[in-house]
Amino acid sequence: MGGGCSVKYIDEFRDGNLARIIAAKIAREAHSDRSYRFMEFCGGHTHAISRYGIPDLLPGNVRLIHGPGCPVCVLPIGRIDNAIELACRSGVVLCTYADTLRVPASNSMSLLRAKASGAEIRMVYSSLDAVRIATENPGAQVVFFAIGFETTTPPTAVAIQRAEALGLRNFSVFCNHVLTPSAIANILESPQVRSLGTVALDGFIGPAHVSTVIGSRPYEYFAQEYAKPVVIAGFEPLDVMQAILMLVRQVNESRAEVENEFSRAVTREGNLKAQALVAEVFALRRSFEWRGLGEVPYSALRIKSKYGRFDAEARYGIEYRSVPDAKSCECGAILRGVKKPRDCKLFGTVCTPETPIGSCMVSSEGACAAHYTYGRFKDVEVVAG
Amino acid sequence: MCLAIPAQVVTLLPDDMATVELSGVRKEISLALVDGIEVGDYVIVHVGYALQKLDPSEAERTLQLFAQLEPPWAGDAA
Repeated sequence: MGGGCSVKYIDEFRDGNLARIIAAKIAREAHSDRSYRFMEFCGGHTHAISRYGIPDLLPGNVRLIHGPGCPVCVLPIGRIDNAIELACRSGVVLCTYADTLRVPASNSMSLLRAKASGAEIRMVYSSLDAVRIATENPGAQVVFFAIGFETTTPPTAVAIQRAEALGLRNFSVFCNHVLTPSAIANILESPQVRSLGTVALDGFIGPAHVSTVIGSRPYEYFAQEYAKPVVIAGFEPLDVMQAILMLVRQVNESRAEVENEFSRAVTREGNLKAQALVAEVFALRRSFEWRGLGEVPYSALRIKSKYGRFDAEARYGIEYRSVPDAKSCECGAILRGVKKPRDCKLFGTVCTPETPIGSCMVSSEGACAAHYTYGRFKDVEVVAG
Repeated sequence: MCLAIPAQVVTLLPDDMATVELSGVRKEISLALVDGIEVGDYVIVHVGYALQKLDPSEAERTLQLFAQLEPPWAGDAA
């Protein structure tokens, strides 16, 4: 980090000397006659791995593979289309997290372009900002475009309960919350995903803040059922390095257990208060489309009928239509870890963070955006002068 | 949006809200998802909410783990 002052619980976990110590341990303990392929499942990890150049600190046979952990990236085009249609209704104010604004939708549209052409779209930092906007604009219908994994779901539940407590009649939620364990299971076992192509994996780096909410327990099933080790890691570079070391050790010892490197914030049970809130407000959807994975059974949440008056899908009769990704865009394969950003013809040419074609280039946690920002020059061979 | 950061609680406010500080930047966040937070605690902040309280002794243990030069079983062989 720049600047002179030390930031507690951040700087200590970015120490370069300690990183070299852990790297040396990984190099010493990884057997040279086998390969280690670990998938990370967290946008924060994708970002940290690229930003701190972690692959450069690993031996060639220890490889990191990006999984579908970026919430913006896994949202299919059809859902963004729905949000744009909502925002274009008269009297509707659509509140959204900033990351979704530039995701390309059908007909060269995006929420940002819809906003430029007059749709009432507001960027919010927190779900409570959307509730506040509804309170301040009683004449408008405020819709919160709720996306994300288990970390953003409890905040949406809080917003719905707050709106109920305030008796708001002009607030609703377009719910697109998805579940991490379902996506992991899908990558490991779905015949549909297998036919699209999957990558061989030796273990998982478990997500950081998703796990602060759901705890380490949900991963025990994967470790047992699929015999794959899982190590939950914090979001700083040393956390990721240590998790890789712990995974290498598990593989070497033929163990497949759930270990928790992020014990300073993750317990086995997780955040029970947040889980109870989510269970109170949301129910499982039978199926939900993910970009890159297709329809995944029981992988997303809807608002319970008890809170039905806050459900924008019911209120506005939103109908989902599946839309194929842009031709030549490899986001689907990149999200499954089958291809790398540089395998895509569009990467860095027509598709850049300024003019993204695919969702992986939009969010800073997307595999393509992270590689574009921090790693693309490593692909260029150095010519000695 | 998925990036979450540890920040220190500096003031408790009404309605389950609090002010947190990170590198001199102050921000108002919600404590609706956590219980028993006191001024001085570090919390993991994400989209305007504290998701979990940070455990200082576990943080210390993890830092010690990083610095360990030998694998935990190295002493057993002799």
